[in-house]
Amino acid sequence: MRRNRRLAALSASLFLFLAACAQNAPQDTLEPKGPVARQIDHLINPVFIVAGLVFILVEGLVLTAIFKFRSKPGSPEPEQIHGNTRLEVGWTLAPALILLAVAVPTIATIFDLSKKPTNAINVTVIGHQFWWEYRYDDLGVVTANELRMPVGRPVELTLNSVDVIHSYWIPPLAGKTDVVPGRSNHMHLEADAAGEYLGQCTEFCGASHANMRAKAIAMAPADFDAWVAGQKAAAVTPAAGTPAADGAALFAQKGCAGCHTIEGVSTGMVGPNLTHLATRTTFAGSIFANNDSNLRTWLRNPQAAKPGNKMVIPGAPLTPDEITKLIAYLDTLR
Amino acid sequence: MAIVTPQRPEALAPEQTPSAPSRFLRRPTNTGVYGLWGWMTTVDHKKIGIMYSVTAFLFFLVGGMEALLLRIQLGSPDNTFLRADTYNQVFTMHGTTMIFLVIMPLSAGLANYLLPIMIGARDVAFPRINALGYWVFLAGGLFMYSSFFLGGAPNGGWFGYVPLTRNLPGHNIDFWVFGLQILGIASLTGAINLIVTVINMRAPGMSLMRMPIFVWMSLVAQFLLLFAIPVITVALFLLGFDRLFATNFFNVAAGSDPLLWQHLFWMFGHPEVYILILPAMGIVSEILPVFSRKPLFGYQVMVFSGIAIGFMGWGVWAHHMFATGLGPVAVSAFSASTMFIAVPTGVKIFNWISTMWKGKLSFPTPMLFAIGFVTMFTIGGLSGVTHGVVPADTQQTDTYYIVAHFHYVLFGGSMFGLFGGIYYWYPKFAGRLLDERLGKIHFWLMLLGFNLTFGPFHILGLQGMPRRIYTYPSGRGWDVWNLVSTIGSFVIALSILTFIINVIKNRKPQDVGDDPWDARTLEWTIPSPPPEYNFKEIPLVTSRDELWHRKYTEDENGRSVRRVVEAPASASTDIEPAADGEHSDEHGDEHAGDHAEEHEPHIHMPSPSYWPLLTALAMPVICYGMIYKTWAVAILGGLMEFGCLFAWALEPATAPEDLPQHEEHEAVPVS
Repeated sequence: MRRNRRLAALSASLFLFLAACAQNAPQDTLEPKGPVARQIDHLINPVFIVAGLVFILVEGLVLTAIFKFRSKPGSPEPEQIHGNTRLEVGWTLAPALILLAVAVPTIATIFDLSKKPTNAINVTVIGHQFWWEYRYDDLGVVTANELRMPVGRPVELTLNSVDVIHSYWIPPLAGKTDVVPGRSNHMHLEADAAGEYLGQCTEFCGASHANMRAKAIAMAPADFDAWVAGQKAAAVTPAAGTPAADGAALFAQKGCAGCHTIEGVSTGMVGPNLTHLATRTTFAGSIFANNDSNLRTWLRNPQAAKPGNKMVIPGAPLTPDEITKLIAYLDTLR
Repeated sequence: MAIVTPQRPEALAPEQTPSAPSRFLRRPTNTGVYGLWGWMTTVDHKKIGIMYSVTAFLFFLVGGMEALLLRIQLGSPDNTFLRADTYNQVFTMHGTTMIFLVIMPLSAGLANYLLPIMIGARDVAFPRINALGYWVFLAGGLFMYSSFFLGGAPNGGWFGYVPLTRNLPGHNIDFWVFGLQILGIASLTGAINLIVTVINMRAPGMSLMRMPIFVWMSLVAQFLLLFAIPVITVALFLLGFDRLFATNFFNVAAGSDPLLWQHLFWMFGHPEVYILILPAMGIVSEILPVFSRKPLFGYQVMVFSGIAIGFMGWGVWAHHMFATGLGPVAVSAFSASTMFIAVPTGVKIFNWISTMWKGKLSFPTPMLFAIGFVTMFTIGGLSGVTHGVVPADTQQTDTYYIVAHFHYVLFGGSMFGLFGGIYYWYPKFAGRLLDERLGKIHFWLMLLGFNLTFGPFHILGLQGMPRRIYTYPSGRGWDVWNLVSTIGSFVIALSILTFIINVIKNRKPQDVGDDPWDARTLEWTIPSPPPEYNFKEIPLVTSRDELWHRKYTEDENGRSVRRVVEAPASASTDIEPAADGEHSDEHGDEHAGDHAEEHEPHIHMPSPSYWPLLTALAMPVICYGMIYKTWAVAILGGLMEFGCLFAWALEPATAPEDLPQHEEHEAVPVS
């Protein structure tokens, strides 16, 4: 089934025979992992097949004409046919009917998908250049870049932006919706099984548009509840005299606090909330795995790591020692 | 007499011609200006058409180089060949160049050259405005490209979405805004000129439903331009004011809605797509009948489907905005309109196939490109229908699937069609044929390279690769197809190189005659290249496919039979139309077979002029002044503009020196 579908979908390209080469593609739109994406997939499959048939018909007719009616020595001048009303009406009506057959389920699905799901978890997604902020207002949780969600329960996203237009997209779970400043757009998604689902921003939003990725992590409901509980806990205060405590002091001195919130420590709003940074698997728009070596690269020169992002370290660059201490502090933010 | 004879006002009589401008800039005349200066002051639609085409081709090479840079960068994951901002500049300029500086002016060039000839006219309605259109286009293109040397090229995408383009620092976006404004003037003047030409200057008997289909499709495209350009002009003014004077049209903090820009942009942008494709459809509709030796199947349906596309093209703009949150009602309406615009397009494809069906097909290079158009454009059309399925489009939009779609339409469609047109009409333009062997190498390389480059985009897009990303990590399944595409892009480059070699190698004059393809339309009745006045005598048109009917008649089985026994090749066109009564008295000295210039007929053409060039040059001056807020420069540019237009207004269409000595002269169009 999947094979047929892919064949039909790609019949538009001349490279059918190479389609088998496709490797594992985590952002594949034809491999839905949730009900919303699956509904879309079921809608488009027959359309791909019809398109594939029309493709074969048209190209077949062209090739037939080329081989059958090529000029041969001595062949007579062709009959001067100026048209055929019956035929022309026919191939005006036939595509119109085919398209009507496509339009009806399309419009039904449009309205179906626009309905707000019941029993949904509400999450506000805020687009920033170039990262995502998630606010679970009902649960009192704020996080960044990774959308955590329980398996089998829909998540209703309210999309806002603080700067330019972004577009939120996790292809295995749902189609994309633009994130427009000054407007609140809505979409919902749901995952069938626990796991990580990759996506990224799909509206050009500036220098690091390519570096604004997204990730949804679906968890068993119990795991999700445990995660929520952990996120609601206050930030850890490191014991005095440890490198982490020095790092906490540097966090205040070096200006980090001006942009980043750590509950109970700072209230900056420009960058991601770091209260539980160490519980995230990635950072900086999900382009880096969250580990000490990547954090070091990042803190040494954030602009080199991600061009055009808003993180500037006021004054002189951080020394290796300062970076070590800051990382020690960040690692405590579990 | 096809040309409307204007009442020559008294003020334009030679002895009363205002001579003020010519004191410091002596007017060039038809007889006295040659070489480079001749090209710079020309008002001849054929020279202007060639200048449009050559300039557009040079921009095509630039836009192609940009494409190669993009493909090198994306050839492998995590590549560092281009920096992020450089990549964004290059992709913005690639799109802007290919649309505004390549396909539009290339279509304009062919239309400029061919429309007057195909309708049996000696020039366009407004020859000097025609020249202005070209120079403004050139000025706008060079102005925009000067940004590369002045701090960086536009980097907000060819679609320039606000608020990003409102916020981006530097002058990059300013060059885009003002460059497009200048180019808009070029398009508008060109559109008005060609519309008036086609409506008013057709030869006697050339009724609308006898016009060649290329004329029809160009006419529809010009009407679309006429109405679409003002929309983007408004949008660009709003954005320009926001950037220059901090107005709040697109300031979200002040309550503006960024979707206003998208509505305005796509209300221009979608008709623009049909502006880009309709002329190519017209070209294909000219080429297929000639090499099938059959008339175009369903001429009326072809005309009306083109007009239908033109109308429906205004009702689909929001399909570029399916993910923006318009709501299910609006989205459903645009979904339906998007699907149904495929109907007239599909009709055209079936009519093209029927034109070939039961014909006697030969396959010189123009025919190959025309068939390439039909086969490749079909793919773009089918993927277009899948975008109309809105829920699926939310998975497709802003991915490489879309990039695949519009490259199949604009490259597989427009560019294949335009190359077909270049090969087809080259003998008319240059008086010599392009080499068939190189032409075929060009076609096959381009077909191969094109599909290698853009075919994989379908797969990449469906595998979730977004557009406009300068880098991607490995592990997404995109590596192989990106590499294939990069290799394909160099195959395209090779095919274009073959074309350049073909043009450069074939400079020896040949005797191709008037009608090397045994074609059907009026442009093949006159010498190759045509004389400045096109037609010694304005032709009388008695049927669609006029030239074919002069050469052939149909036997009782509907098969075509040559009318005359076998006329010498170059004289075969000189068969007097049966109904030609009023012109028969002049028949004696109008033997078109001998084009030897024993005596030039007394046809005088409008004189060359400096003013279109100078008027165009003033526009970038104004814009540089505006961008850098050096008001003195802007005002100086404005004064230049005013002075040039004033001098132009006082200049007669024809210089006194170019007027014939006797009173009975052919009237000329004025501008």
